[in-house]
Amino acid sequence: MSEHAELKTGPLEYRREDGPLTILGFWIFLAAEVVLFSTLFATYAVLFGRYGDATPAHELFEMPMALTMTFLLLVSSFTCGIAVHMMRKESLKGLVIWLIITLALGLGFLGFEIYEFVHYVHEGATIQSSAFWSAFFTLTGTHGLHVTLGVFWCTAIIIQLIRFGLTPVIARKTFVIGLYWHFLDVVWIFIFTAVYLIGMVV
Amino acid sequence: MWDFIWNDFLVTGEPIIYGAMASIVLATVGIVFVLTYFKLWKWLWDEYLTTVDHKKIGIMYIIAALAMLFRGGVDALMMRTQLALPNMNFLNSVHYNEIFTTHGTVMILFMAMPFIIGLMNVAVPLQIGARDVAFPFLNAFSFWTFFFGAMLFNISFVIGGSPSAGWTSYVPMAGPELSPEINQNYYLLALQLSGIGTLATGINFLVTILRMRAPGMTLMKMPIFTWSALITSIIIIFAFPILTIALALMTLDRIFSTHFFTLAGEGMPMMWANLFWLWGHPEVYIVILPAFGVFSEVISTFARKQLFGYKAMVYAMCVIAGLSFIVWVHHFFTMGAGAGVNSLFSITTMLIAVPTGIKIFNWLGTMYKGRIRFNVPMLWALAFIPNFTIGGVTGVMLGMASADYQYHNTYFLIAHFHYVLIAGTLFGMFAGLTYWYPKMFGHKMNEKLGKISFWFTVIGFNITFLPQFFLGLMGMPRRTYTIEPEWMPLNLLSTTGAFILAAGFVIFTFNIYYSARYEPREKTGDAWDGRSLEWATTTPVPHYNFATIPYVNSHEAYWDMKETGATTYDESKLEPIHMPSYKGLPIIMSAIMFVASFGLVWHWFWLAIPGLLGIIICMVIRSFDFDEGYHVPIDEIKRTEEQARGRKE
Amino acid sequence: MSEHTEHSESGIPVKHVIGFIASIVLTLVAAYTTVMSGLPVPWIIAIIMILAVIQAVLQLVMFMHIAEKNPIPQYGNILFGFFIAAVVIAGSIWVMSFGMHDMDMNGGSGGGSGEEHSEH
Repeated sequence: MSEHAELKTGPLEYRREDGPLTILGFWIFLAAEVVLFSTLFATYAVLFGRYGDATPAHELFEMPMALTMTFLLLVSSFTCGIAVHMMRKESLKGLVIWLIITLALGLGFLGFEIYEFVHYVHEGATIQSSAFWSAFFTLTGTHGLHVTLGVFWCTAIIIQLIRFGLTPVIARKTFVIGLYWHFLDVVWIFIFTAVYLIGMVV
Repeated sequence: MWDFIWNDFLVTGEPIIYGAMASIVLATVGIVFVLTYFKLWKWLWDEYLTTVDHKKIGIMYIIAALAMLFRGGVDALMMRTQLALPNMNFLNSVHYNEIFTTHGTVMILFMAMPFIIGLMNVAVPLQIGARDVAFPFLNAFSFWTFFFGAMLFNISFVIGGSPSAGWTSYVPMAGPELSPEINQNYYLLALQLSGIGTLATGINFLVTILRMRAPGMTLMKMPIFTWSALITSIIIIFAFPILTIALALMTLDRIFSTHFFTLAGEGMPMMWANLFWLWGHPEVYIVILPAFGVFSEVISTFARKQLFGYKAMVYAMCVIAGLSFIVWVHHFFTMGAGAGVNSLFSITTMLIAVPTGIKIFNWLGTMYKGRIRFNVPMLWALAFIPNFTIGGVTGVMLGMASADYQYHNTYFLIAHFHYVLIAGTLFGMFAGLTYWYPKMFGHKMNEKLGKISFWFTVIGFNITFLPQFFLGLMGMPRRTYTIEPEWMPLNLLSTTGAFILAAGFVIFTFNIYYSARYEPREKTGDAWDGRSLEWATTTPVPHYNFATIPYVNSHEAYWDMKETGATTYDESKLEPIHMPSYKGLPIIMSAIMFVASFGLVWHWFWLAIPGLLGIIICMVIRSFDFDEGYHVPIDEIKRTEEQARGRKE
Repeated sequence: MSEHTEHSESGIPVKHVIGFIASIVLTLVAAYTTVMSGLPVPWIIAIIMILAVIQAVLQLVMFMHIAEKNPIPQYGNILFGFFIAAVVIAGSIWVMSFGMHDMDMNGGSGGGSGEEHSEH
């Protein structure tokens, strides 16, 4: 560890020496997450169509549901971007408001996902039904778990922002959760395309 | 209740197991007694268990690795005893399966990995002129997850039963249908737990090396061991997530009845092999590249010459890193994929021999016309080159898909990978430990004992494994617990060699004790007339490493400093040094993860779920911890440095 | 929202808005291609996968500031991550089809549909 001299200019999250280090570390972690999700996608692709006795996917997947979830997450990624934009303008109030909007959209997404899972289970497609459904629930469930973790994490950051204000340390944390949230949207784009859209046509 | 504990929870009915239980209990009582009697608990907690200092974490990694080498070594001796003669009754088939599984898993994941990460911890921050790694807290967390993962794996021997499906844990053998007992869960969760720590280490060292180098040290001016650590970190970051998922999927199969790799429900058993080796092959390079780095340092230092072909070495490692991700299918050519698949992976496999060959010639080039000193680290490096080449060349033979159908699952393969892993990784780790030992502990390892241990190891190693090539060609399959009479002579020879090899290791360990008591203290800080920055610090290394960080002009920074008479203590440039505080959270959090994993092994959700909540609470505590560390005042730096340097003169 | 307008004298976050609108358009085009276009299935898969990659890049550049200097942009690690992801996905699909089918037949749809082909 070296000196914690603070710069006077530039974005808040980059001003202390440990800010850029953590942000770089988190980008590298996201690269590892790319590989983690790609392994799940590979498993899903290899096990595609292996329904056993269970209901096939194209009988269950519905466009309105998939589009609703996509738009909820897409809008939340946008609002999260606005939140970081507010932070760069050093507007604490704007930052907190946009983060709370993001959080609400994330919760909405989770609500739909849980509804979707329950619906499929009622239709006889559970994680134990067949290879395909194991892969489907694990891939989407892992993403859902990431979103859940993100919701708790974001809540902790909002509490810290309200209690301690916008310091370089908390700005760095906010920037990192922002990256995380956008990344989850990137993963969802591929889930929407590779799982839902392809699942509807094949 | 008692019935459950006696019949299912504890492993009973075997004298070896009772012996192991008794020794575990005695050792624990002994350690607790010594710590209590000498009032060392507080010292242990304050100095080691809560440390975030990379030097101490490195030492703890290496101690754990040596302990695991002992465990894996005893497994190996038991296997060799059983195979010495036909129809031996030393181990039954079930026990033999458990022993070869734990031998492989322990040696790769709980011996080779921590040994490598330990040496990286000790050497890398010192070589690049940094005061610690980028994320010291995370570093401590990495160590403790590894440590508790290793403990979880090892307790399976006496509680619940060891995994027995091989270190590759192939399904359907390891799946819920054919292994309904809980043993395989130990494998899955222990690897998962330590894998988290390994991934964190990879990120930590990549950021450290990219961002915390001394001024002037461009990437092409880094010592070669640091380069190998950089490449290794990159491979870790991109390979370990694959293992994380593969393990998670099999855990789901076993505990939550999913159908990824099962025979029922249209699962695909070979998908496990595919994912396992997608991680497993890069893993091979994770354990060999740092050894290459150590040999490069050692050969350059003891040949008293600059490393020959520094740039070629670096590019060769980059190429190896890239290729390591596209050769995985050569581990299961016999799955029967078509000619297209097998040909492509044969070609990529053989391509890897090219950069590796370049490195061999560079080491030879470094020694050419050098004034070689035959100290113990150099001896390991010299033994490495021919022995590793045997392993490499037989690897190319195995890499040809059509020929592999003959060698596959025979002792030829066993001999091949022991020639690369022992002659490469283990010799490299012994060389590295002997080389950096004076920096770590303030005295060298005894040369004479070191040489005796070296000769025992190298001769024993060749007697053990050279016959196995021929056994493989004679058709002896791996993972067999009893041998045919016609294989007896070579097997007996191999077993004899194994005991000589073990003697070499025992002497190596005894040397640690002997040297601590009798070796003269090393006061110069530069024990081997070294060339890179780690030798520029005083011995013992102050906790902040460098009082002032030197400007670096070449990849032999300390060699330049010695020529100009510069040191790492420039009184005019002193500033207070910022250091991180020690933390108890990493060990506590890892211990909770251990408990949660143990609960999951036994399908005890009443234990696993509170454990998970405990982990979340720890994360919240960490998030609300705003401790910024402390500053070492200039006076204290002056005092420390003058004391260390005053003693030098 | 007064706080918001007060602090954005330098204008609304143009990059974010462009990225957002483009993402919505790309999502709708992908959904339309899937349901309404009536193209052959391999074509649909190819088109929507390309759209997904474009949208992912948009997110990385417009929202995540991947080009921001820290002190150099973050392209390297993410690109290598995508390279490994491609190896893992394409490699697994190819290897686990046992190399028996064309990549075209299998691309994106995996072993299941491949097996149907082999039955004919």
